[in-house]
Amino acid sequence: MRILAIETSCDETACAVYDPGVGLLAHALFSQIDLHAEYGGVVPELASRDHVRRLLPLVRKVLRESDTPRPDAVAYTAGPGLAGALLVGASTGQALAWGWGVPAVAVHHMEGHLLAPMLESPAPDYPFMALLVSGGHTQLVEVAAPGRYRLLGESLDDAAGEAFDKTAKLLGLGYPGGPAVAQLAQQGRDGVFRFPRPMTDRPGLDFSFSGLKTAVLHAVKSHADDAQTRADIALAFEQAVVETLAIKCRRALEQSGLRRLVVAGGVSANRRLREQLAQLDADLFYPRLEFCTDNAAMIAVAGALRLQAGERAGPQIAVRARWPLAEL
Amino acid sequence: MRLLAIDTATEACSAALLVDGAVSERHEVAPRRHGELILPMVQTLLAEAQLHAADLDGVVLGRGPGAFTGLRIGCGVVQGLAFAADLPVAPVSTLAALAQGGWRETGCERIAAAIDARMGEVYLAHFRVEAGLVVIEGEERVVAPDQVELPTDGWCGCGTGWAAADGAMATRNRDRLITVLPQALPRARDLLPLGEAQLKAGLGVVAEAALPVYVRNEVAWKKAT
Ligand SMILES: Nc1ncnc2c1ncn2[C@@H]1O[C@H](COP(=O)(O)OP(=O)(O)OP(=O)(O)O)[C@@H](O)[C@H]1O
Ligand SMILES: [Mg+2]
Repeated sequence: MRILAIETSCDETACAVYDPGVGLLAHALFSQIDLHAEYGGVVPELASRDHVRRLLPLVRKVLRESDTPRPDAVAYTAGPGLAGALLVGASTGQALAWGWGVPAVAVHHMEGHLLAPMLESPAPDYPFMALLVSGGHTQLVEVAAPGRYRLLGESLDDAAGEAFDKTAKLLGLGYPGGPAVAQLAQQGRDGVFRFPRPMTDRPGLDFSFSGLKTAVLHAVKSHADDAQTRADIALAFEQAVVETLAIKCRRALEQSGLRRLVVAGGVSANRRLREQLAQLDADLFYPRLEFCTDNAAMIAVAGALRLQAGERAGPQIAVRARWPLAEL
Repeated sequence: MRLLAIDTATEACSAALLVDGAVSERHEVAPRRHGELILPMVQTLLAEAQLHAADLDGVVLGRGPGAFTGLRIGCGVVQGLAFAADLPVAPVSTLAALAQGGWRETGCERIAAAIDARMGEVYLAHFRVEAGLVVIEGEERVVAPDQVELPTDGWCGCGTGWAAADGAMATRNRDRLITVLPQALPRARDLLPLGEAQLKAGLGVVAEAALPVYVRNEVAWKKAT
């Protein structure tokens, strides 16, 4: 059974061919980062326009590379994300499926992120705890079995990745900010600045990162604007985010009694986060670096799960810009 | 020829099928419901004709200009279908479809097709008729309706652009218009003859080259730094 997967929820156009019995057969991605960089963030209309241009050439590429004349199903991201961008993948994906006479299935983008470590070996066994840390989400999810999710905590304001991106802007770094802040932090001196670890002093598993951004802004404004100071601030910021995430992960593992932790989403690429989480009393599972951020391989894995559960999409083409994981 | 045509670039959601000269059509004025309606329409048309996608000789895409999101839904559907069934695509201007409909209804051979583009502008193009097919004169453009002046007498003003800004274009060009159809929307059936001619002339394209033509390209503003 070969699944063609399509991801167009934000600023990457991606395709993959995946066989649940064999593994990943091909994947390809076109990043629009350069297109949006000069605007300092994703411009939705430009993103949609680019997806239309990029999608079919990528489909043709992965089908050829995997020697797949006709897949057995088509999975596409139906949300959450930018509505116009999602519609490109949804309409093309459904028409492809119908033209081939095979089923289409709608995939939840965050379920994709969450299942990305299933492409690695060893893959985690169920049940496990999952920390989703991306540009739009910071969530702790208890995964009892395939498709059975319980949201234990999430960010009440900015997502961790968003905090990285906003801090990058404050420090005069480009978009996307996560990797840039992490790189600058390497030159930072430990202990020059110290920012709060928001919401760690009270019980619960929710997060809040918007205050941290204010603290960074204050530090930037009230100190000399030189390269070393900026590096010091980047380091203190990264330490605060990473330690906060780690504290909540420890708490979630203790509360649930689980011993496996899956970490996925763009911020899971962060090295300091990985070092800190390695100290937890749990087996850790990450996607490979290129599958931490948006990709279609993860959409294929989630699509396979949904197909197996008998789900089918269409013929109505519908997407959900907002779509809580808890509604799955 | 057996052709499927789709236009979703305006408030209308429209699909039509040509089978050896016979036309069937599904057409609904349904703003923001293109995603919900278009594939069921296509499936019904083919099922009624007892055809599969692979039995077609090509697909005609109303490639805009029009509302961006609706336009891309139709484009995605055509791209996906044409790719999967390995069919050539004839991308046809949505303004040309509108003009073809204006000629079909009025017989007038000078058609100024205009679609309300919002934000105080219209998409506009002028057409003449040759051998039963509209042919564009000049270019498609996006303009403020009170700046439009028809070049000669004897025009049919066709499309929602003629109602925009309280009919400013019609008022200004009163003397040069024979008739105005301000409620006219593009229909997929009018894409068929235009697409058929393109395909017969060998001007069909592969699925990935069937792209929207937006005409309005000022859609992002750089941050003042
Ligand atoms: N090394 C890193 N350190 C910290 N943050 C990083 C790193 N690499 C990427 N990021 C951040 O990850 C985010 C992008 O991740 P991802 O692509 O998973 O998010 P998204 O798809 O935009 O959001 P979502 O999936 O929630 O809709 C960005 O905010 C980016 O700054
Ligand atoms: Mg993502």
